[in-house]
Amino acid sequence: MAVKTEELVLNMGPQHPSTHGVLRLLVELDGELVTDVKPIIGYLHRCFEKHCEHLTYPQIIPYTDRMDYLASMYNNFGYVTAVEKLAGIQVPERVEYIRVIMGELQRIASHLIALGTYGLDIGAFTPFLFLFRDREKILDLFEMTCGARLLYNYMWVGGVSHDIPSDFVPAVKKFIKEFRPTIVELNDLLTYNKIFVERTANIGILPAETAINYGITGPNLRASGVKWDLRKNDTYSIYNKFDFEIPVGEGKVGTVGDSWDRYYVRVLEVEQSLRIIEQAIDNIPDGDVFEAVPKRIKMPKGNVYHRVENPKGELGYFIMSDGKNNPTRVKVRPPSFVNLAVLGELSRGHLVADLIAILGSLDIVLGEIDR
Amino acid sequence: MKTSEEIYNILKEKFGEEVILNFNTAEPIDAIIEVNPSKINEVSKFLRDSEELKFDTLMLLSGVDDANGTKVKDENEIETIQGGTLSVYYHCHSMEIGHKVTLRVSTPRENPQVQSVERIWRAADWHEREAFDMFGIKFLNHHDLRRILMPDDWGERYPLRKDYVDPEYYNGIKIPY
Repeated sequence: MAVKTEELVLNMGPQHPSTHGVLRLLVELDGELVTDVKPIIGYLHRCFEKHCEHLTYPQIIPYTDRMDYLASMYNNFGYVTAVEKLAGIQVPERVEYIRVIMGELQRIASHLIALGTYGLDIGAFTPFLFLFRDREKILDLFEMTCGARLLYNYMWVGGVSHDIPSDFVPAVKKFIKEFRPTIVELNDLLTYNKIFVERTANIGILPAETAINYGITGPNLRASGVKWDLRKNDTYSIYNKFDFEIPVGEGKVGTVGDSWDRYYVRVLEVEQSLRIIEQAIDNIPDGDVFEAVPKRIKMPKGNVYHRVENPKGELGYFIMSDGKNNPTRVKVRPPSFVNLAVLGELSRGHLVADLIAILGSLDIVLGEIDR
Repeated sequence: MKTSEEIYNILKEKFGEEVILNFNTAEPIDAIIEVNPSKINEVSKFLRDSEELKFDTLMLLSGVDDANGTKVKDENEIETIQGGTLSVYYHCHSMEIGHKVTLRVSTPRENPQVQSVERIWRAADWHEREAFDMFGIKFLNHHDLRRILMPDDWGERYPLRKDYVDPEYYNGIKIPY
């Protein structure tokens, strides 16, 4: 008698430590092999876009904080620059510098969580603690400036909510000096760790062509070898003033576009962000940060799609205005939402344990997927 | 690198006025090319494959309620919109060449149907599901068109339509708690 086998459907999540939030994965298994993955999302859905239709433009800013809550500064950044583009507001140079510094600090903080929790997914606990210790220092810098540690509501249309305090610049310099050795330490502890490399190299290979067709952006796209960064390729704010490189995946320990590359690109990006901050911190011009903040935003009739390079990828805001105080439609393009869609394609044919390694390497935040 | 107007002219020459309906520059910042909803898949395929255009990514696909119908009040003073259109906006971008274009299709509110572009840009898959979820726009030939953010049993209610009213009960549970 022949042995009869059938596929097993495994339900992973919504409450599961390695799904990074309330994400449910319907996994179809053939023995230990994954044959299909269907992500089921929406558990955090609060309809941000409907809220926006009933709020004025500045009132929306705190809501953007709550999308990618690990990179709130950058969500603010994207939103306010989109509104400024549509309303035609020019911001003072000092504000641009402060925004870039805050944005890059936020990128480091977000990447530190990505790297730390990725180690955690694989089973390495120590790097997570080291990286969280340094992330705390960045949060201290934010707290020093605007009082908040997670949800800042810092960037305003035309300005920022608080000017930087006088001891901010030395504090940032001190942080950079103290933080640099952590990257070396991280490489020793985790990046080139034999077990870690075995678990992540050649796992979940994403070819460049597939990545582009799926609309993947950010470190996940760069890991596939595509030199694409909106800060350089579709520059905004004052990023064209700074000298930095776009790290891409090279398949150092495996194939280009594998999970290890996605991890390592983030390590390299942290260094590039430090470089940008170093260049900016000494050249902050004087000025009034509230100079261009309008008392009432006079929005023309029209529509704009504006995008910025969020730590997780291309964050876009599509804003439609009919000239009234509140927008008729705000649609967000959250990078994690688009990046997660490729999960099924990536994990087909891998083992269940590798599915965790692949999901972790995509670095998703459910707050912005569900909005 | 081409401007929206040049792209409009190329498309118009290729597909004719039946398909490429209008070029809207009246709205500032992003000019919009209006396309026939039953031909959007062919236009998209051309945009992607044409040597001189090469639109390899779809940045964003968004549904919009134009709310241009007539407002009707029923006996309970609940306002609904009848007639008019729903729209879908496509923001395309070419990584290789670096130009962008915005397309729009409009479809009647009572029976909104648009051809799917999911097979041309896989990025459209979840965006189309979201537009279906939030506006009830049906994307023809989509391989897996079901709700994505709202619960599957939310019924024929589409939250981002302008005349959406919160239901009082969901599965026997009172909603304004």
